[in-house]
This record gives sequence, structure tokens and C-alpha cells, in this order.
Amino acid sequence: MAPDGTPDLKVVGTRPIRPDGVDKVTGRAQFGADFQLPGQLVGKVLRSPHAHARIRSIDTSKAEAIPGVKAVMTAADMPEITSEEAFVGEGPADFKDMSGNTMARDKALYDGHAVAAVAATSAAAADAALAAIEVDYEVLPHVIDVEDAMVEGAPVLHDDMFTSGVDPKPTTPSNVAKRMVFELGDVDAAFGKADIVIERKYKTAPVHQGYIEPHACVAQYAADGQVQIYCSSQGQFMVRAYVAKLLGIDISEIRVTPLEIGGGFGGKTLVYLEPLAVVLSRKSGRPVKMAMTREEVFRGSGPTSGGTVWVKIGAKRDGTIVAGDAVLKFQAGAYAGSPVGPGCMTAFAVYDLQDVRITGYDVVTNRPKVAAYRAPGAPISNFGVESAVDELARELDMDPVELRLKNAAKKGTKAAYGPTFGDIGCVETLEAVKDHPNYNVPLGPNQGRGVAAGFWFNIGGESSATVNINEDGTAVVATGNPDIGGSRASMAMMAAEVLGIDVERVRPIVADTSSVGYCFLTGGSRVTFATGMAVVEASKSVVNELKARAAKTWDIPVDAVEWQDGRAVPAGSNAGDFEPLSLEDLAAKSGRTGGPIAATSSLNAQGAGPGFGTHLVDVEVDRETGHVKVLRYLATQDAGRAIHPSYVEGQIQGGAVQGIGWALNEEYIYDDQGRLENPGFLDYRIPVASDLPMIDTVVVEVPNPRHPYGARGVGEVPIVPPMAAMANAIQDAIGIRMTELPMSPPKVRKAVDEQAAAEE
Amino acid sequence: MAKHHISTTINGEPVEFLCNTEQTMLDVLRDELHLTGTKEGCATGDCGACSITVDGRLVCSCLMLGVEAEGHSVETIEGMADGDQLHPLQQKFLEYAALQCGICTPGFLVASRALLERNPNPTEEEARYWLAGNLCRCTGYDKIIRAVLDTAADMRGAS
Ligand code: FES
Ligand code: FES
Repeated sequence: MAPDGTPDLKVVGTRPIRPDGVDKVTGRAQFGADFQLPGQLVGKVLRSPHAHARIRSIDTSKAEAIPGVKAVMTAADMPEITSEEAFVGEGPADFKDMSGNTMARDKALYDGHAVAAVAATSAAAADAALAAIEVDYEVLPHVIDVEDAMVEGAPVLHDDMFTSGVDPKPTTPSNVAKRMVFELGDVDAAFGKADIVIERKYKTAPVHQGYIEPHACVAQYAADGQVQIYCSSQGQFMVRAYVAKLLGIDISEIRVTPLEIGGGFGGKTLVYLEPLAVVLSRKSGRPVKMAMTREEVFRGSGPTSGGTVWVKIGAKRDGTIVAGDAVLKFQAGAYAGSPVGPGCMTAFAVYDLQDVRITGYDVVTNRPKVAAYRAPGAPISNFGVESAVDELARELDMDPVELRLKNAAKKGTKAAYGPTFGDIGCVETLEAVKDHPNYNVPLGPNQGRGVAAGFWFNIGGESSATVNINEDGTAVVATGNPDIGGSRASMAMMAAEVLGIDVERVRPIVADTSSVGYCFLTGGSRVTFATGMAVVEASKSVVNELKARAAKTWDIPVDAVEWQDGRAVPAGSNAGDFEPLSLEDLAAKSGRTGGPIAATSSLNAQGAGPGFGTHLVDVEVDRETGHVKVLRYLATQDAGRAIHPSYVEGQIQGGAVQGIGWALNEEYIYDDQGRLENPGFLDYRIPVASDLPMIDTVVVEVPNPRHPYGARGVGEVPIVPPMAAMANAIQDAIGIRMTELPMSPPKVRKAVDEQAAAEE
Repeated sequence: MAKHHISTTINGEPVEFLCNTEQTMLDVLRDELHLTGTKEGCATGDCGACSITVDGRLVCSCLMLGVEAEGHSVETIEGMADGDQLHPLQQKFLEYAALQCGICTPGFLVASRALLERNPNPTEEEARYWLAGNLCRCTGYDKIIRAVLDTAADMRGAS
């Protein structure tokens, strides 16, 4: 035991090479588009060129007549399903909407909305078929901006959508799906106690997750109704459940084999191609492979919301924040279900406030339906709140880290969304920033420093793991979560820790849906926590079984056997009576002591342990061009306990850089017809290596008492603070408060010009 | 239309294949030769996931036609390791955890090797600019750049 009572660990906290690493550096790993079946057809999707259009009719006869075309489908080939609540990615959705998003039925609701699909023997034949499908559209007025969509008289996307959460219930349909309020204390009264009030509106652009691997799958529908799907996704069980639901197939008929996933960040927590590939396979009798182009990824798959964030905060002269109020309007894309809920819940979560209120609106617009993106919703509300807190620090002439420390959430803080925090590391991440050398580096002209803190809940949920001991004493750990950023390594490490063997002796696999118990998808920063817990529990059961086998061998009671360093050791009065039995010994003899040794654990993990992080960035602004250069970047975060520190750092660095892209460059640009003008990496510019410095990280460890090794989720927090941190740094550099994302060169340049004009 | 018969060298081996006029080298590698280590992230020359070298020169295989391989020597990620002996870059990427999802990794490795062949002692800035055509959405590039610079140092020490 270490002095602080945490157990001494041999494997957890080290940095072994990931078990799937060699496959991934040699090109052997099979990602979504790398898999194929003999005789497979090429499947392709026809997408709406209109932002909003009624589909009067679709004539597929000419397409079907083209040689090599084996199947053509429309929404008529999918069952019409009724409204039913689903839990998608990290938020609620509706299966009827999911079906409609997969393939438009009566109306196309955005540029890129799928309206038909084909399968053919060659890509050329498939392309010819797409061109030959005749869709009769009645083009309708469209709406792209969230606030435009909310005004009376705006084009209405769904005539059966009546705003929920308002009293009385509206009698006319609108684009506002839902209104929600989270409130603690008496906000209006609390503002009366404030010496200073900051009030400001901020705006963010929708941004795409930008995974480098486009969606891809292969599906095979056999004559007996058995369905095989091979795809990259954030959850093979998710794919199975949604395909079953959308196509009316029993879950037992579907087997989904996960391929390696080339990035997801929340964007692969739902299905696009899989149901279409299954239908096309059923119609053609052949396996069908489908892969999106990059343009299709941008036009047809989910970005996250853009939104407006109105913030009002009140504080005492001494810096005590006494009240917070915010109104969030998030666009959901074409169907209800923006992450405005978590946006509201996380908005002020960094602070210990008694009086706080957050109001949220979920609004549909003629854009692709949003999908989860890393800490869904939180970066948007955080941009507003953490920008406003920075403005407050300036008004108070207070150091922004000190101001945050004075008001930081801590153990016992009641959050606006309900719970009272237990052990959390918010203060520790702020302190870590103060202690870091970057905090005191002198700045030059047009250089500035910005800070922001962020929060994400992290989730647990349902997971299963199976541990099998091989006859040579090595182990296989099977779980059902795609390995999106090194989770095989952490699974193997936790098993090795419990079993007391080298991590190289544990082989982790990501199993298909018929080979391991149910696992909720990879998302919410849950896998290392929840699936890790299942791995630990299953490994502990294996150890108990190993002790029982040793007890049997020695003919002593099982409670007189201890497990130490991968060996059964006689203890108590029997100590020293027998030679210890290693895992190898016990595995070799297992046939004679009761058969193979294996254990499974299935659980619903609770107590994920909230995550906090603080980012500190230095920028230099070029007043001539409006270009913002990142000079230094520091991200501190509470990981509870870093199982594999390199991958924890990697999550933090990757999340921070996605946030930098969100802050500086990324946005969807629409023309006046509602067509996306920048569906490619040339014009939708994600950060590249030459845009960036090294990303410094400090991992603080405030153990999560609910995890066997103290782990908290780490993947999502790091995308929360960057936008505000960058805006705050720009303000520090040039004295201009940027309130709209992205803070791209044209916008910064314009702000500089306006500042100069105002000074004249 | 008749297909073209192309004779080329891939990873040191003579290879012949048939392809259509408009077929890209990326599609030839992946679909005809089943060398799927070369990835497609965009097919428009913007992501670098499809990086290969042709006669030692770094190219995006999505911007090259299959017919252009005639008589040239192509290297892909599959030829980078020497049997089960990883290239020093491959080894360092593993040690530095320079990959998360791994989809960009083949492209980064091929591009990094091309860098070190030209410039065995790149500065951080040179490495960042050389690799600016390779997109990684997972890592924030930090560990990739460190792995490349450290490999360069090791390789200089070894030679
Ligand atoms: S696939 Fe060639 S550069 Fe992206
Ligand atoms: S590791 Fe996922 S894109 Fe680079």
C-alpha cells in the first residue's frame, strides 16, 4: 500500500506498447473500408440537392434497367415505423426520426439527405444508376440559422412538431422541438446582490467531428434471414439494435462484427449506411459494400450543433460570483435532438453557485441531423460562460485563475443539474495551471494569454467482459467496445494487474455481438471506466477460481490461499507448507482440477466520476491578416487515475486541438439555396501539424472512489475549454472581445478594423 | 473499354495489374491489389492518408492514376517493415503512442520516412511543415512530431 492508502500497482500507470499497435503501424489492421466479401456489390446513395423539398415521386425504373445494377431502394423498402424514444450516442432521439434521417420518406430536409440507394457490380454502374433515378421534387423554402428558424413565419420542417416544455402547449407547429429550464435558488433576487453584472451573447458555428475514416460497411442478408454486418462504428451492439429496429428484424438474426474504427468522436454512435446495405443485400441476394466519400461525410453525417449562448453573471467586488443565468438555442439539424440538455447542465458546472438558471431550446433547421461530438453541447455553453467569466475578471481586475479558484466547484457543491459533487479535481486543475511555467512566460506585443475551465459528466453504463485462461497460463480478455484510442491496452492492463501477470501475457480482443455479452457503445468517456470495471470483476472471479484450484490441489480451505504476483500461495497456518502455484501451473493442470478456467462479468457501472480540466493558451494575433497563432498550450485535467498515461495525454492533446480548430477555423458555409459550400478538407479546415505547438499536459489524479483503480473518463473534457481560452487570449492580445466562432482571419481582421475605426 | 495492362514494382516486387483509365493508384492498390494499408480519407489530395512514394517521391495516391505506375517503383506502408523487423519510425510511433485510432498512421509513416530520407536532422518546424499535408484528428500531432524527431536522432546516432 502507498501511504495514501491506494494499492501499489504494477501495471496500471505504466506505458506498455498497445496490443493492436503492430497491426496499425504495418497497415494490417482492417478498418471499415478494408473488409470485403466474395461477390460483393458496390452500394451508393443518391442525396438530395435541395435543402428542403417535398418528394412527389421517385422513378427508379431506368436505373434498374442498367446492366450490372442489382438493386435499387427507397424509403418504401423500409418499414414505416412509429415514434419511439431511443438513446443515441449520448442523448435522446426518436427511431422514427432515425429512420427518416437514414432515408427521406416524404420530404428531403437538407442538402445531402439520402433519398435512394443502389447496388451494382461496379462503381461505374452504380454511378450510372444514381444518375438515372428520377426524383420529382417540389422545392420548399428553407432555414439554416437557428434564430431564423425560431421566428414566427419561418419555414416549418415538421408539421407535427409542437414545442414541448412550454405551458400551455402550443397549437401551431414550429421548429422549436423543446424548451427546458434548469434552476437552482432564486436567480433574479441574487442578481440584486451583485456589484458587477456581465451580460453578453455569443455564437458558435456547427462543426464536424472530422474523423479521417469515412463511414463504411459490408452487409450480407442470407436466404434464411440471417444478417451479417461488418463495419466500423462506436458500438457493434448499437448497430445491431438500430438496424433491428429500423428494419423490423429480430436482434437474434443479426450479427455485427466490429472492424477497426478510424475515429468517431461521437459521430459514429448511430447508423447511416448499415440499414441501406442490409436492404440492398436482401433485394440483390449479394453482399453489399458501402462507403461514404468525404463529401458525403460532410453533407450527410452529423456535425454538432451551432448555437447562440446568452449569458449573464453577477459578482461581488471581491470576486464572489453570486448569480448566473443563461439561455441556449441549439440547432439540431433536420430532426429534434440537439445536445442542448447537456449544454445546459454543464454550463455553470465549474462553479459553486447557489443561484443559477439555464434555459435551453432545441431547434430544427435544414441542416444534417447533428450527432454527438465529444462532450456534446458542453463546448458551446462553456464558450459563452467562460468568455463572460473572463470579462468579469477584467472588470474586477482580478487574475482569471484566481477568480476561478475563488468560485470553483468542490466536494459538496450542488450542481444546477441536480447532483452534489463528491471527490472532484476542479481546484486541482486550476492549481496545476498556476504551478506550470507557462503561466509566467513573458508575453510580447500582440500576444495574449487566456484561460478557461471545463467540465464533463462522464458516464458508466452496461458492459460485459469475458476472461479466458489459456492452457499455457496466458489470458484472453474479450469485450464489446470498439478500440477507438487505445482501450485494448487499458483492458489488458487492468486484467494483468488483477491476475498478477505481465501485460504481454494478456491478449485483449474486441468481439462481435454474438461472442461477448452486451456492451453499450464507446462514448461518454465510459469504456476505461465501465468496461474496465467489467474486466476487473471478471479477472477477480478468475483469481477466485484459481485460488480454489490451488486449495483443491493442496487440500486446504480456499480462504487459506492468497493470490500474490500471479501465484497461489498458502497462507495463515499453512504458510510455507506448499510450493506456490503459478498461473501457468494452475492452467496446465486445469483439466484435472475442474476444467477450463474462465469468467464473465456483466454489469451496469455507476459512479463514473465527473471530469474537470483547465486550459491555458498563449496566442499571437497578426493585425494585418487576422491570423491567430497558437504559441503555447497547456491542458490540465483530472483523470482520477491514468491507467495508461500516454493515451490519457493523447486524449487531452487531441481534444484540445479539435477545440483549437473549432475556435479558429471550422464552420459550415451555406449558399443562399441552403447548399453546403465547403464539404471537403480543403475548405473545411481542420488543424494541421504546422498550425500548432506541442500541447503540454498535466494529469492530476484525484481518484474516483467508484472505480477499482480510481479511473475517470478522460476523452471529453479536453474539448470543452479551448474555445473560450482562445477567445480570452485574443482579447488579452489585442483588446477585442470576439463573441462569434470561428475566430477565423476574416473575422479577426474585421474586428481589428472596427476597433481602429472606433478609435479614430 | 479495354483495361490497361501495367507493369510496375511495388515494395520491391514486380507487379502487374489491369486497370481502367480513370482508376486512381489508390483504388488500384486497395481494390485490385488488396493492399489496404494505404487509406482513403478524402480522395481529393487533402488528408495524406493515401501517402505512398513513387521512385522515392512522396505522393498522394488518390491524385495519381494507376496507369502512371508503369515502369516506376512504388512503396507503400506494407513494404515499410523488413519482415517482422519494424522500421525505426514504426517502432517509435508505438513507443510514443503516436496513434490513437490509427487510420492516419500509414500515411504519416510513409510521409515521415520520406522526410527523414531527405533531411535526417529536421527541426520541429521542418517536421511540422513537411507533415502538414497529413491530417490526424485524434492526436493533436504532439506525439507524432516527437516520435519523428526522436527517430531522426536515433537514426543519426546509429549511422
Ligand atoms: S485520400 Fe488522398 S489525400 Fe486524402
Ligand atoms: S490517430 Fe486517428 S486520425 Fe490520427
